[in-house]
Amino acid sequence: MTAPMPPVLAVEGLSVEFRTARGVVRAVDDLSFTIGEGETVAIVGESGSGKSTAAMAMLRLIADPPGRIVAGSIRLDGQELLTLDDASLRRVRGRQIAMIFQDPMMALNPIYTIERQIGEVLRLHLGVGRAEAFAQTVELLRLVGVPAPEDRARQYPHNLSGGMRQRVMIAMALACRPRLLIADEPTTALDVTVQAQVLELIQELKTRLGMAVLLITHDLGVVAETAHRVIVMYTGGKVEEATAGQLFADPRHPYTQGLLQAAKWEESDGVELREIPGTVPSPFAMPTGCSFAPRCAAVVPRCQTDRPALTEILPGRPVRCFVAQGAAR
Amino acid sequence: MNGLALFWRRYRRNRGAVAGAATLALVVVAALVGPLLYPVDPFDMVGRPSQPPFGRFPLGTDVAGRDVLAGILNGARISLVIGILASLAATLLGVLVGAIAGYYGGRIDDMLMRVTEFFLTIPSFVLAVVVVAIFQPTVMTVTCAIAIVSWPSVARLARGEFIAQRDREYVKGCRAIGMPDWEIILLQIMPNALPPVIVVSSLMVATAILTESGLSFLGLGDPNLVSWGYMIGVARTVLRTAWWMAAIPGAMILVTVLAINLVGEGLNDALNPKLRRR
Amino acid sequence: MRQASLLFLVRRLVQVVPVVLAIAAVNFFLLRMAPGDVADILAGQMGHATLEFTQQLRREFGLDQPVYMQFFYYIGKLLTLDLGRSHLQQAPVIDLILDRLPATVILMLTSILIAIAVGIVLGVAAARREGRLADTLVSVTALVVYATPAFWLGLMLIVLFSIQLDLLPSGGMYQIGAGRTGLAHALDVAKHLVLPSVTLGLFYVAIYTRLMRASMLEVYGLEFITTARAKGLSETTIAWTHALRNALLPVVTLAGVQFGHLLGGSILVETVFAWPGLGRLVFDALLQRDLNLLLGILFVSSVVVVFANLAVDLIYGLLDPRIVHK
Ligand SMILES: Nc1ncnc2c1ncn2[C@@H]1O[C@H](COP(=O)(O)OP(=O)(O)OP(=O)(O)O)[C@@H](O)[C@H]1O
Ligand SMILES: [Mg+2]
Repeated sequence: MTAPMPPVLAVEGLSVEFRTARGVVRAVDDLSFTIGEGETVAIVGESGSGKSTAAMAMLRLIADPPGRIVAGSIRLDGQELLTLDDASLRRVRGRQIAMIFQDPMMALNPIYTIERQIGEVLRLHLGVGRAEAFAQTVELLRLVGVPAPEDRARQYPHNLSGGMRQRVMIAMALACRPRLLIADEPTTALDVTVQAQVLELIQELKTRLGMAVLLITHDLGVVAETAHRVIVMYTGGKVEEATAGQLFADPRHPYTQGLLQAAKWEESDGVELREIPGTVPSPFAMPTGCSFAPRCAAVVPRCQTDRPALTEILPGRPVRCFVAQGAAR
Repeated sequence: MNGLALFWRRYRRNRGAVAGAATLALVVVAALVGPLLYPVDPFDMVGRPSQPPFGRFPLGTDVAGRDVLAGILNGARISLVIGILASLAATLLGVLVGAIAGYYGGRIDDMLMRVTEFFLTIPSFVLAVVVVAIFQPTVMTVTCAIAIVSWPSVARLARGEFIAQRDREYVKGCRAIGMPDWEIILLQIMPNALPPVIVVSSLMVATAILTESGLSFLGLGDPNLVSWGYMIGVARTVLRTAWWMAAIPGAMILVTVLAINLVGEGLNDALNPKLRRR
Repeated sequence: MRQASLLFLVRRLVQVVPVVLAIAAVNFFLLRMAPGDVADILAGQMGHATLEFTQQLRREFGLDQPVYMQFFYYIGKLLTLDLGRSHLQQAPVIDLILDRLPATVILMLTSILIAIAVGIVLGVAAARREGRLADTLVSVTALVVYATPAFWLGLMLIVLFSIQLDLLPSGGMYQIGAGRTGLAHALDVAKHLVLPSVTLGLFYVAIYTRLMRASMLEVYGLEFITTARAKGLSETTIAWTHALRNALLPVVTLAGVQFGHLLGGSILVETVFAWPGLGRLVFDALLQRDLNLLLGILFVSSVVVVFANLAVDLIYGLLDPRIVHK
C-alpha cells in the first residue's frame, strides 16, 4: 500500500445557517469530506438537502446576511480558507477553486462580451495584457469545443445556445487551471442531448488538467458515469458515503436505497417522475430523532427518539442509520 | 382577523409611515379648524410690515403687514383641497383610460396608450402654466390643469393591472355567464386592480401640492385665496432682510409633501405586501 | 450592425412626426380656447396690434374657413417655424425663444449631469451598505430633498450662499457691464451657474439616488454577480463594472421620461435666479399675459423633449447589447 496522498480539499464539521424571518435554518449540518487529486466526488440528495449551500460555502460565497458559516474548517492543499482575509480569499477564488453553475444564461453577465468575461479572470489572476488575454480566451474556447472561437469571443451570451454558454462557463472556470472545479448541477438547465456532451467535456478536461472535481447533482445516472466517490445528503447532513461502485451495488442507508429505487422507476417508465414517498421535514420542525424517520420504511422505535451518528459500518463506508449499523435496539 | 386590523398591522411596521400619518393628521387638523380658532383674515393689514416671528404675531407679518400665521392656516386648506381634488380627478380619468385600454386590448389599447405616452412627453409644468394662464387662475382651473398633466401615470399602471387580470379564470367565468363588460370592469376586476392605484394616487397628492405651489409662486394662483406658493412669491422681494418670511411657508410645503410621501410608502407596504421595496 | 442602427434612427425620426403634429394640435386647441380669436392672439391680444394687421392675419389664417382648414394653415405656419409675434417684445416669437433656449439648455444639461453623477455615486454607495447607517442617511436625505419645492430651495440657497456667506452671485448669468471675454467670461458664467444648477439638480439627485439604489439591489440578487465573486473580483470592481452597467439600464429609461419634468423645474428655478432662459421668458409672458409667446414656448419645449427622448433611446441601445434595432 502506498502512503495516502494528501487531499486537495478537506472539509471538516462544516455547518451553515440562514437567519430567516421564521427562525434559523441549518442548511448544512456538520459536513465532512475530502477530495483527492484527480478525483471526482459527487454530492447527491433531494432538492433542499443543502448541496448548493455546501458548494457555495467552499468559496465562502454564502451571502451574509442571511447566511453564515457557523462551524467547521475548509482546507485547500492544507491551507485553511475560513480564516483567510478578503484579499487572499480572492486569490483563491477563480484561480485555485473555480465554479460553474446550473443556468449559464443567468450566470453570465448579459451586457459583456464572452471575451471580456473570460479575459477578466486571466487579467486578474495571471496579470496578462489585453491582447494576450484575448489570445488565451480563444484558446480556452477552442479547448472546450466552441466552434469559430474568434467570432464567438466577441459575441454576447444571448447570441449563444445553452450548451455553448455552459461551455463558455467551463472555459471561464478553467482559465487559470484551478486545483478544484465545483460544478453545481452543470447540466440541469440544458437539453438532454447536450447534457452528455458537457459532462464528457468536464471528465475529459479533468483528466487532461489533473483537477479535482466536486460535482453536485440529483441525477444518479450522471453519478454512475462520472464519480469516483459519492456523498449522499439529507436535510443538510451526510447520511452515507461510498465509492460509486459500492453505492450502486450495495446501498446501506434507506434514503440512498429510496433514491436508487426512484431513479430505477424513472428509467423504466421514463414519463412519470417517481419520488421517495413523503416530504422533506420543514427546517423549522425537525424531528427529534433521525430526520428521515418519518419517511423511512425500515423505521424502528429508536429512530424517533435518538439521532444516529455517522459511523463506519465497513472501512470507508460511513452510514447514519441505526438499522444499517445494526444498532436498532 | 378583519381586513382593517391586518391593514393597520402591516402599515404600523413602517415607522416612517406612522410618523408621516401623524404629521399629516396635524396638517389636516390645522387646515380644518385652524382658521376657526385663529380667525384673522389673511388679506387684512394687521400691523407693521415684515415683523419677525414670535413677536406680536406668532409668525410675524409679510411685506404688506398681513398675518403670516393666518396665511399658513388658510394656505393649508388650499394645498390640501387642490392636492386631493386634482389627484382624485387624475385617478378617475387615468383609471378609466387604463381600464378600457387594458381590458379591451388591441387597437383601442394602442390608440389610448399613444395618447397617454404623448401626454407623458409634453413638459407637464409648462402645459399646466399655459392652461391656467389661458383659463384664468381659479381653484377649479388649477385643479383641472394639474389633473390633466397627472393622469397618464395612473392610466399606465391601471392598464397593467387590467392586463394582468383580464385572462384570469374568474373573469372568464363572468364572461361565460354573459355579464356585461362594464360590470366586469367595475365590479369584478376593479377591486383587484385598485391597491397599487391607491398607492400611486396618494403619492400624486404630494406632486399636486408641489405643482400648485409652483404655479401660485409664478402668480398663477386664485387671486382671492392665500396659498403657500403665493406667500413665498411675495416674500421673495424681501429675501435680503426677512428670509424667514419665505422660509416658513416653504417649510410647510416640505413637511406636508414629505408626510404624504411617507404615508404613500406605508400604504404600499400595507396594500401590496408582495411588491415591498427591499 | 451599423446599417441596422442607421435604419433604427430613421425609423425613430419618422415616429417623431405624428408626435410633433399632436403637439401642434394641442397648441391649436388651446389657442382656440383662449379668449379672442386666433388672429387677435397671434397679433397680440392687448390691442397693441393695428386693425389692418389683425385683418391681414385673419385673411392669412382663413378664419372665414372651416376649423380643419384653419388647422392646416396653422400647421403650415409651424412648418416654417412661424409662431406669430409677441406684442410685448415686438418680435417674432420664434426669435425670442431661440434667443433664450441656449441658456435653458445649459442649465438643464448641467443639472442633469450633476444629478446623474451624484445620484449614481450615492445610490451605489447606499446599495453596497444596505441597511447600515450610511444607507439610512442617504435614503432619508433623498426622501427629504424629494419633498422640497425646488424654487423654495433656490431661495434658501440664495439666503445662505449669497446673502449670509456672500460666496456666490444670487442671480443672472454673468456680471453685467464687466465686459469679460473668453475664459474669464466662461468662469463668470460657471460661477453664476452653480446655485441654479444645484437647485434644479438636487431634486433629481434624490430621484436618481433612490432609483440607483433600488436597481443596484435588484442586480445584486442576480446570479452573474455570484459568478463575478467566484472569479475572485473585488466587491469594488463588481459594484462599478458588472453591477453598475446593468443597474443603469432602468435608470436611463427613466431619465428620458424625466426630461419634460426637468424643463418645468427649470422654469421655476430660472425665475428664482433671473437666469435668462425660457423660464424667465415664461415669467415675463405671464406678467404681460402674452399667450402667444406662452404657446410658442410650450410648442418648442415639447419638441425639445421629444428629441431628448430620442437621444435617450439611442443611448440605451448603446448600453444594452440585447437591444437589436430591427
Ligand atoms: N438565502 C437563503 N435564505 C434562507 N434559506 C436558504 C437560503 N438559501 C438556502 N436556504 C435553505 O437552505 C436549505 C438548502 O438549500 P440548497 O439550495 O443548498 O439545497 P439544494 O440541495 O442545492 O437544493 P436543489 O437541489 O433544489 O438545488 C433549504 O432548506 C433552503 O430553504
Ligand atoms: Mg442547488
